Amino acid sequence: MSAPILKIEHLSKQYAAGGPTIIDDLNLSLQPGEFVALVGASGCGKSTLLNILTGLETKTSGNIDLGAEAALMFQEHALLPWLTAGKNIELALKLVNYPKAERKARAQRLLELVHLPHAYDQRPHELSGGMRQRVAIARALAQGRKILLMDEPFAALDAITRDLLHEELVQIWEETGLTVLFVTHNVREAVRLAQRVILMSSRPGRIIKEWQIESAEPRRIESKIVSDLSLVITEELRKEIKRHG
Amino acid sequence: MAKATEHSFEEIGELAAGLDALETAKDGGVKRSARVLNSVAPLLAVAVVVAVWQLAIVITKVPGWVLPSPDQVWQAIARQAQSGLLWTSAGNSLRKGVEGFLIALAIGLPLGIALGLNKWLRAIFRPLLTGLQQLPSVAWVPAAIIWFGLSDATIFAVVLLGATPSIANGLISGIDQIPPIYLRAGRVLGARGITYIKDILLPAAWPGFLSGVEQGWAFAWRSLMAAELIAINPALGPGLGQMLDTARQLGDMAWVLGTILVILTVGVLVERLVFAPLRNRTLRNRGLVR
Repeated sequence: MSAPILKIEHLSKQYAAGGPTIIDDLNLSLQPGEFVALVGASGCGKSTLLNILTGLETKTSGNIDLGAEAALMFQEHALLPWLTAGKNIELALKLVNYPKAERKARAQRLLELVHLPHAYDQRPHELSGGMRQRVAIARALAQGRKILLMDEPFAALDAITRDLLHEELVQIWEETGLTVLFVTHNVREAVRLAQRVILMSSRPGRIIKEWQIESAEPRRIESKIVSDLSLVITEELRKEIKRHG
Repeated sequence: MAKATEHSFEEIGELAAGLDALETAKDGGVKRSARVLNSVAPLLAVAVVVAVWQLAIVITKVPGWVLPSPDQVWQAIARQAQSGLLWTSAGNSLRKGVEGFLIALAIGLPLGIALGLNKWLRAIFRPLLTGLQQLPSVAWVPAAIIWFGLSDATIFAVVLLGATPSIANGLISGIDQIPPIYLRAGRVLGARGITYIKDILLPAAWPGFLSGVEQGWAFAWRSLMAAELIAINPALGPGLGQMLDTARQLGDMAWVLGTILVILTVGVLVERLVFAPLRNRTLRNRGLVR
């Protein structure tokens, strides 16, 4: 095994001293190019974790060793409505000091990668929910980070669109060699996408268990391996949820 | 490693294209009839006012020096237009109004950003700013005359004190109305400092800020008229306010009313030609039109 690209040791987070613990002694490491899904019910601190990793929030204690900078994608598309799809991507390029003369061509290539070759001049409100999330993926890729953090990025999409985006995401991951940390409350989605699924407890957020998925075949949301493992993980998740009743 | 997807890039692309076409069916946009209605309807109001005005004169038979007829008012204005005084006066006033407004913008912008971003500054200065916004700026005219005499400085001081608080306050409200997700997105993309303000904060605040800018112009124009009307000095050159005062001194009611109508028209034209297109474009671009 090579050196991890992301290593979290004994991470804890409290919003107020003596207040509730959001994340408790979390340990996690990701190998370069790994696709890991983090699953948990509400209050497991998934989003807080991603915010800490991207510097939007501060940790209370513990160690985070990020081998590379990370890009973050939200559940809402978070495209800037005053810019066209193309200009949204160009802004991301500008903010990582991508050469000005090459930004437009690069943005167009990224749009083609997410199958939106004609969307450059379209404004976010003219695009469907799925198209917006694909522009958001392209914008995250524009940052050129080695790690992509995704905070329930497909939760607001309909099932058909989500199915398509799953396949697009896996293809992009495979082609770019990105390390992906994908947070979701959808167990099936986690098993369909990831190489490794990690189950978290809620209040406080801790890692309960993890599953490695070895599969030679490409997976679909309908695949037997996905439904079988989803059942197992969902049972564990339910046990954890009952504890709070 | 085994391939992770069972479809090729092209196959996924075809599927995506089909789905995108289904989900973004166009609904035509604004109807032509609605656009015609919006540009013609206001003219109807003018016609109604003129008709009622004319009718009132015919029925009540008030003398012309109390209420001149629409035709007399038109003649009075046409006379000033022919002599050229109308155009130099309107041009002068408009230029001063625009200059004062632009200076107010230059002051209000950094002020609004500072108070919009820093909660301490805001807690300290916002009540003062709101107080100034409520204060009719014509109240500053006597003070400005004592400070600066009957000069352009007096006029600009009054215009600035009228417009700046609205602009700064509008920007603060605009910043408050920004959906937090845009600011988070800006941070995550790495926008900091000046870039953050220029590329994220200001464009995100723009729809709310625009009404402050519009109000700022309205206050600038009003303050200018008040100042011109009170601070009379030939050295200041002609202006619509001065013209109004001259007409009053001559007891020429048709000219007084005509000048009022010109001042009104300038206000309407600026709204129609500058702010309405700006507002419509902003709403359309961001998909905020119903």
